[in-house]
Amino acid sequence: MFSRAYRAAITLPPLLWVVVFLLVPYALLFCYSFWSVSPSQTIVHAWTLDNYRELLRVNVYLQTLFRSMWIAARVMIFSLLLGYPLAYYLSFYAGERKDLLYQLVIIPLWVSYLVRAYAWKTILGSDGVLNTLLQYVHATKHPLEFLLYSPFAVVLTLTHIYTPFAVLPIYASLEHIPRNLVEASHDLGASPLQTFWRVIFPLSIPGMLAGATFAFVLSLGDFLAPLLLGGPSGIMISNIVVSLFGAAYNWPLGAAISLCMLLLVLALLLLSERLEKKWSFR
Amino acid sequence: MNTAHSTSRWLPWHAIMVFGFLYLPIVTLIVYSFNASGVGGFPPGHLTLDWYRMLFADDAIWESVVNSLIVAFVAMAISLTFGVPVALALDRANFPGKTLFRRLVLLPLILPGIITGLSLLMLFRQADVKLSLVTIVLGHGTALISVATTEVFAGLQKLDRAQEEASLDLGANYWHTFWRITIPNLRLSIIGAALLIFTLSMDEIAVSFFLIGRDNTLPLEIWGRLRRGITPEINAISSIIFVFSLIAIVSWYRLRVGAEKPGIAV
Repeated sequence: MFSRAYRAAITLPPLLWVVVFLLVPYALLFCYSFWSVSPSQTIVHAWTLDNYRELLRVNVYLQTLFRSMWIAARVMIFSLLLGYPLAYYLSFYAGERKDLLYQLVIIPLWVSYLVRAYAWKTILGSDGVLNTLLQYVHATKHPLEFLLYSPFAVVLTLTHIYTPFAVLPIYASLEHIPRNLVEASHDLGASPLQTFWRVIFPLSIPGMLAGATFAFVLSLGDFLAPLLLGGPSGIMISNIVVSLFGAAYNWPLGAAISLCMLLLVLALLLLSERLEKKWSFR
Repeated sequence: MNTAHSTSRWLPWHAIMVFGFLYLPIVTLIVYSFNASGVGGFPPGHLTLDWYRMLFADDAIWESVVNSLIVAFVAMAISLTFGVPVALALDRANFPGKTLFRRLVLLPLILPGIITGLSLLMLFRQADVKLSLVTIVLGHGTALISVATTEVFAGLQKLDRAQEEASLDLGANYWHTFWRITIPNLRLSIIGAALLIFTLSMDEIAVSFFLIGRDNTLPLEIWGRLRRGITPEINAISSIIFVFSLIAIVSWYRLRVGAEKPGIAV
C-alpha cells in the first residue's frame, strides 16, 4: 500500500538525525574510553587500555559501582513491594474509583523530580519537618541525624520517585488478564490464594519485570539524589563520573566508567526482555 | 478461613499508605510555601504570601522560566518532527537494521540521562560547538524522540487503515493523505506526546547538566540555589508549576476520556 518514496520519506530524515545525535555520540563515548589525558590537560587520541586498568586497580570505583547497584536493588525491591499490591488493588478491587486512583498514581510523575528530592530534604533534615514533629510530640529529645545525608535518604527518595514507574506496567499487565480465567479458577475450586499464585501472579510477571528494570536502571544512574541527600556515605557511581567530567578533568576515565554502566544497562534490558518473552502469554 | 476477605481488608490500607508516601512531599512542599518562618519546623506557623512576593520580584528565576519554556517548545517541535515519522516507519516500512534502529531511538527512554548527556557533550566538544540553550534544545529534542515514537506508535496500532487506503484509491497523493487522514486520526496520541515531551523537557536536568552554557534552565537555576541552601522561594515556584501541571493533566485526561484506556508502552 505504501510506495517506496513514502517509506523513504518517513525513514531517512529521522535515521540521519538519530545517527548524528545518538549513534555518533555513543560511539564517541566508546572512543574516549580508550583515549587519555596528557599532563597539560589535553585529550591524547592514542588508543590505550589504561582507563580500564585504572578502574580495576583503584578500589573506590568498583566499590562505588557495587554500592550503587545495592542502592538500586533496594529501590527496586521497595518499589515492587509498594507498587505491586497497589496495582493489584487498583485492578481487582478499586471498582468505580479505578480511574481516579490511576490518575492519582500518575500525578506525582508530573511534579519535578528535583523538587520532590528537595521536598524530602526539607522533611528529613535535622531541623526538618519530621524531626521537629517528633520533638513536638516528645517522641525524641534530639533530632535523628541518620535520616538525612545517608544511603537511607537516597533509597527512600528514589523509591518515592520510581514507585509509580513500577505500578504502571504491573497495572497494565494485570488489566490484560482475562477475567474469565480468574473465574474459571474459582469455579474449579481453587481458593483465592491459589488463584492468585497460580493464575494472576504468573501472568503479571512481564509487567513486574518491566517495572523492576525501570526502577533499577534509572536509580543506578542517578546523581542528583545522592548529591542532595546522600552525604559522603551515599555517593553513587554517577557522582564519580560527574566529578571526572568536571573538576577532576579526566574525560577518558569518566567515559570508561560510563561505558561500563551503558553495557550493564544494555545487558539488563536484554535479560529482562528475554524473561518477559518467556513469561508472556502464548 | 476466608482469604479473599482478609486480603480485601489490608489492600485498601496498603493503598492509602502508598498514596500517603507519594503525596507527603508534595503536600509538605505546598504547605511550607505559605509558612512565615520558612521551610521545616513543626507545626507550620503563620500564613504568609511573602515567599511568593519575593519570587515574583526575582528576575533570575523568571529568566530561567522563559528559557525553559523556549527550550521545551523547540524540543517538542524537534521530537515530534522526527518521532512521528519514526513511529510510521516502524509501523509501515521494512529495512535492514530496523530492530537496531528501534532500539537506538528508544534507548534514551530507559538509559540514565547522564550517559546521553555526556555523550552529546563529547559530540559538541569534538565539533567545536559552543554550549548554550541551543545545545540543550538539541539534547532534549533528540532524547525525547523516544517519547513521541512510543506514544504515536501505540496510537498507530489502534488506527484503522481503511481510511488511508480509501483516500489513496480516490486519487489523493501521499502528502495529502498524510495531512488530511493520518495526522488527524493520530491527533490524540500526538497531543498526548506533545504534553508529555513538554513536561519532561521542563523538568529535565541530567542531560541539561552537561550541555548548559551561560543561560540557566529552571531546574538548573533551582539546582544552583539548592546547593547554596534551602529557601521557601523554591517551594513557591514549585507549587505554582504543580498547579499548572495539574491543569495540563486534567485537560489531557478530559481529552482522552472515552477515547481509549491509558496504558504504558515501553
